[in-house]
Amino acid sequence: MVERDLSAATLGMDPGAGPGGLGGGAGGGARGSVPWVDVVFGAAVRGSALLLAAGFFWLVGDIVVSGWEAVDWSFLTTAPERSGRAGGISTILVSTLAILGIALAVSVPLGLGTALFLSEFADGDSRLGRLVRASLDVLAGVPSIVFGLFGNAFFCVVLGFGFSILSGGLTLACMILPILIRSIELSLRAVPRDYRLAGSALDISRTRMILSVLLPAASPGLVAGLLLGIGRATAETAALIFTSGYVDRMPESVFDSGRSLSIHIYDLSMNVPGGEANAYGAALVLVALLLVINFVATTLVERFAAKGVRQG
Amino acid sequence: MPRQRADRILVWSLRATSALAGLLVLMILGFLVFESLDGVRRVGAPRFLSDPGWHPNQGDGSSEFSLLPMIVATLTTTLGAILLAGPIGILAAVYCRFYASERVSKLFRRLIELLAGIPSVVYGFWGLVTLVPLIREIAPPGASLAAGVLVLFLMIVPTVALLAFAALKDVPKQHLEGAAALSLSRWSTLRQVVFPSAASGLGIALLLGTMRALGETMAVLMVCGNIARVPESLFDPVRTLTANIALELGYATADHRSVLFVSGLALMIMVVGLVVVQDRLQRRASLG
Amino acid sequence: MRTPLLTSALFLSLAACGPSGAAEATGDGLTGKLTLTGSSTVAPVALEIGKRFEGLHPGVRIDVQTGGSSRGIADARSGLADIGMASRACKPSESDLDAHTIAQDGVGLIVHSDNPVESLTDDQVRSIYLGGITNWNEVGGPDAPITVVNKAAGRATLEVFLKYFGLDEKAIEADVVVGDNEQGVKTVAGNPHSVGYVSIGTAEYGAGNGVPIKLLPTDGVEATTENVGEGTFPIGRPLNFVTFGEVDPLAQAFIDYCRSSEVHDLVTDLYFVPVRNAE
Repeated sequence: MVERDLSAATLGMDPGAGPGGLGGGAGGGARGSVPWVDVVFGAAVRGSALLLAAGFFWLVGDIVVSGWEAVDWSFLTTAPERSGRAGGISTILVSTLAILGIALAVSVPLGLGTALFLSEFADGDSRLGRLVRASLDVLAGVPSIVFGLFGNAFFCVVLGFGFSILSGGLTLACMILPILIRSIELSLRAVPRDYRLAGSALDISRTRMILSVLLPAASPGLVAGLLLGIGRATAETAALIFTSGYVDRMPESVFDSGRSLSIHIYDLSMNVPGGEANAYGAALVLVALLLVINFVATTLVERFAAKGVRQG
Repeated sequence: MPRQRADRILVWSLRATSALAGLLVLMILGFLVFESLDGVRRVGAPRFLSDPGWHPNQGDGSSEFSLLPMIVATLTTTLGAILLAGPIGILAAVYCRFYASERVSKLFRRLIELLAGIPSVVYGFWGLVTLVPLIREIAPPGASLAAGVLVLFLMIVPTVALLAFAALKDVPKQHLEGAAALSLSRWSTLRQVVFPSAASGLGIALLLGTMRALGETMAVLMVCGNIARVPESLFDPVRTLTANIALELGYATADHRSVLFVSGLALMIMVVGLVVVQDRLQRRASLG
Repeated sequence: MRTPLLTSALFLSLAACGPSGAAEATGDGLTGKLTLTGSSTVAPVALEIGKRFEGLHPGVRIDVQTGGSSRGIADARSGLADIGMASRACKPSESDLDAHTIAQDGVGLIVHSDNPVESLTDDQVRSIYLGGITNWNEVGGPDAPITVVNKAAGRATLEVFLKYFGLDEKAIEADVVVGDNEQGVKTVAGNPHSVGYVSIGTAEYGAGNGVPIKLLPTDGVEATTENVGEGTFPIGRPLNFVTFGEVDPLAQAFIDYCRSSEVHDLVTDLYFVPVRNAE
């Protein structure tokens, strides 16, 4: 019932694959457009992909090449010394994961809830729905430094958490909510009406419907939102300076201040003379960490989606 | 019936989470208004557009508070970035969904996801050390609107591409099978079936990408040159509203600080305006 | 650890900003937490000294946060921080606060190392920054337009630079404005026809480690940390710890420690100039 991944072959879009061989436009007999348009478009598509891949390799390649020497096991397991120019990033890694963990733990349930509400209970033209959606879009445009200052005023001072991993995580949760909610909602709304009608026909409860049918069907949006949210969280610097702070000690609780990897990289590359080598090393570790986290996140969501299918 | 109660609890808890999101926006806007009130009151709103330049810190009362150069800079850098990232991001998503094999598509998406997580300082640093000198070869000083557009483009294209990919994936397979049955070519299928079906998702991809560009602070601060003057060419240095805050906030006196928050408020007004326009367009599209 | 010399040096240095609140630290057995916020220039030094201090007093925690000199001063006043960090001297409006200088930092002009120009007179610098001289060939360099790099408003390096050269901020015609020192260094290093000014220590480090910049002398005095230490270099700024009102024993002990000779190595490790007791 849940959409399976439609490879190009199923559509007959892969020249020579699949029966019927509809092929790309280059073959004769394709209806609906002039062959050369297909070729040009295909070139544009492949060109764009190539451009992005090139950009990726240029940037990440730079990080890998420059950071390779700095990273070894002790780099990952020792605390920073000499303002980070010696020693390693162990305490930084712990703080970063803690901040990320809190951000996701808060934003994922909140995001799912709001997205479900928007798509199932507040339909396209309802006042409340439009208001919430507009608010989220506005939130997506708030500059990171404003989030940092707001987070400082609200979480650190008003709520009294002070400079802490908790303040940082909560501020990040605010930042990633818009993109998470909007992308989950996008997918939920794309679920065909038949699924919902079938659910009603079978007289299953709304809750069951959501859990077993809709959420699995919405996994593309969930994955996209989640990965973009994780990306935003690890990339964020300005907001965390004012909330989770600068302290590079090993945190003992979420109420302790802890330096994130992004802030560490900033300090080493732009503030401390002689910190560049370790800045690159830290950046390389960040990229590797992201790879792992993204893999875990995608696998979890896809497994959940598959489970939903089997039960429903 | 217990099931109905469960459903009701669900609805209410979902309402609560949504209300929280709306509340957050109000709080942040309120925060900005509160912090900038003093500045607006002291300087007077019209001066933020009509003064000859941006020199907020003169001790002798000759301060000037024009945000116009920064507003222009924010608009042009964001516009340039989304003009590049929109088409390229969507086309790359099309590649992943309809042109590449499963394995290549997965790999490519991994690349894009990684780009999304790279800290803004790394983009800024790379821009400063690699991109700006390259641009300088064309036109000094190098730190410029062009550099800002390029760095922002790289930063927002993952957002556009990944969301566009999700939108394309959401297109129901019946539609694709229908197109295949009609023997439509790839381009036709995309133009007449896929894009219309995925339109709102693609729109969200573009909107969120634009928002990300508007709110970016650190990277533009490092590559745009930060001169508060309306640019006359693509290679002139510019200062965005976000960079304006970040650059001067840490060292500003209380009065200066309040005026800096007005930059933040100006940005939020722009963002709200954009969202309102988008909402209107969306309504018209869904009704018409 | 406390000596009569240190105490009198402390009193001497407090002359600048108003009544002092120096309480006596009562030996070891110090416990508690100190929060410092403020300048990101001072933060790395404070952090490293803090770590060493924590090592000597296991019951103590020193938390250092950034956010800029103004935040440091505001937080010291409001009590959000025990000590504020500022990379500049106190302003007249800040006379209600006490400043304790923990290091000195010189501000020197830098150009790209490929630039044949070896020095610039004060008048030439003025003219370049005001837009009077626009090409390097007017000061003995190649035929190329000068890219003027300036610092952002409110920064101590800017204010000290303006003050020494007698310039008005509004009149400066710059091509690039930078925030931190490292941004200034990288901008000049990436542009063979640029000129800027940064912390001397940072520039010295860069120049000695392959970054293509060089420091120019000011008024005939070489821009070196040594000269800053001797007091012969004309442009400089203090790195201060700022306190408000009564200072508790832990904070006082920490401030004293930061100014002692035991941490000179940490100060020089970050390319600043340690305070000499006699100053």
